[in-house]
Amino acid sequence: MSILVIAEHDNQVLKPVTLTTVAAATQVGGDVDVLVIGSGCQGVAEQAANIAGVSRVRVADHADYTHQLAENTSKLVVSVAQGYTHIFAPATTTGKNMLPRVAALLDVNQLSDISAVVSADTFKRSIYAGNAVATVQSCDAVKVATVRGTAFDAVAAEGGSATIEAVGEAIASQRSRFVGEELAVSDRPELTAASIVVSGGRGMGNGDNFNILYALADKLGAAVGASRAAVDAGFVPNDMQVGQTGKMVAPDLYIAVGISGAIQHLAGMKDSKVIVAINKDEDAPIFQVADYGLVADLFDVIPELEAAL
Amino acid sequence: MKILVAVKRVIDYNVKVRVKADKTDVDLSNVKMAMNPFCEIAVEEAVRLKEKGIADEIVVVSIGSKACQEQIRTALALGADRGIQIETQESPDSLSVAKLLAKVVEEEQPGLVILGKQAIDSDNNQTGQMLAALLDRPQATFASEVVVDGDKVKVTREIDGGLQTIELDLPAVITTDLRLNEPRYASLPNIMKAKKKPLDVKTAEELGVVVKSGITLLGVEPPAERQAGIKVSSVAELVDKLKNEAKVVS
Repeated sequence: MSILVIAEHDNQVLKPVTLTTVAAATQVGGDVDVLVIGSGCQGVAEQAANIAGVSRVRVADHADYTHQLAENTSKLVVSVAQGYTHIFAPATTTGKNMLPRVAALLDVNQLSDISAVVSADTFKRSIYAGNAVATVQSCDAVKVATVRGTAFDAVAAEGGSATIEAVGEAIASQRSRFVGEELAVSDRPELTAASIVVSGGRGMGNGDNFNILYALADKLGAAVGASRAAVDAGFVPNDMQVGQTGKMVAPDLYIAVGISGAIQHLAGMKDSKVIVAINKDEDAPIFQVADYGLVADLFDVIPELEAAL
Repeated sequence: MKILVAVKRVIDYNVKVRVKADKTDVDLSNVKMAMNPFCEIAVEEAVRLKEKGIADEIVVVSIGSKACQEQIRTALALGADRGIQIETQESPDSLSVAKLLAKVVEEEQPGLVILGKQAIDSDNNQTGQMLAALLDRPQATFASEVVVDGDKVKVTREIDGGLQTIELDLPAVITTDLRLNEPRYASLPNIMKAKKKPLDVKTAEELGVVVKSGITLLGVEPPAERQAGIKVSSVAELVDKLKNEAKVVS
């Protein structure tokens, strides 16, 4: 068994979701290598070399890989794929964008968003918005899979001593170009990694009212999420969306405020350890999954809750 | 420019699926089926590009049993010009779908292929990317804005940290995110007209693709049930429970 894990990073910092992907790879067993694709990403390679359980870090460092466009990075992965039985990437937008291309170029299927490793060729994954868990077996020569970060416990970021080597030729992305990006800036913890998440839905009424959630979140050291309704109504940006089509979170505490609890939202948060629902509609489906429910007007109780903590 | 749109027949998004008693699969007998919501957005975007004079023909493709002709007719009623059904067994895997679509693309030579970013049944999020790879064409996944300018297309993508804009040379492949547009409803006259629009039926064999899968479904289980919780009556009680019972806040 020899597994290649594709690192998630922004050319400066290795993202924690890489550690959970390595955890999934470790469960398969065998040598785990990490591939860092980027530009000026030597620092990321060094961080990757410190991850416990990693044998080798392979680095493709070239200006052509600055924005990790799928067209050229997928070809690069295929060029270094020789000899690996498994290729894993985190199920982030970067991983989801690139890895299916890798699978198609290798003429194999891809397993998306795996949540458990049963054996080297058998995995579990959620289907139908998390309403069923499928056990799937792959007989493809190379198992290509994206890994659900919240389903695995991260391996230690320190304690490893992997070798670092440069790999791959530079492959230019000719027919696809990066134009620009607009990243949301926040001092709060990252949504998918936070131990507490406070989320607001349509019941928040407008974007300004999210300020009371931000105040509560800051008191708790929590990240702030949202339902699709809140995003579509323009209250908050889309990268805060929790659900089937947004982010998957599994914090210790999830506080759903003014969220009814549609199937698509539950898909993104129902693996949270403790769920609290605050909603004035006592029949809201969210109460069926909430450990603690409070039927009340959020505008009365959120400031009160913040003060009580 | 010709636009090719791929649509999938899936369980209606409001239906809560049940796992069969023998745990071999989910139970899809007698459940309401519909066009995958992301595919609806893809059709809508194609129709809007036609209304802007950028596209001159919209071809809609669906792969599966005869029943998926219903979803092709829906797309025709929304404004697509003609349909192609590729007859296969139920739900082939993403790689087979991508290979079949690649054959259709080679025949039709569309300037743009638009697909949904994922189907809400298998939740794979793969087909568009695989198709682009097989055709060696550029891709823009999770699109929330599409601007065609001559032989280029500028696409804003929803990424984890926010938004990213890329520019692709046509021909290209785009997959839609929810915020790309709000799909229209088909009017009754358009539904009637759609019945007269051409719909070709092809088979996987005719296209020279062997539909097989390297992935076997061993079983399906319901997700772990959550214990029913309790309702608290006040903020004070909630805080007390969180601190002393659940111990998730200090």
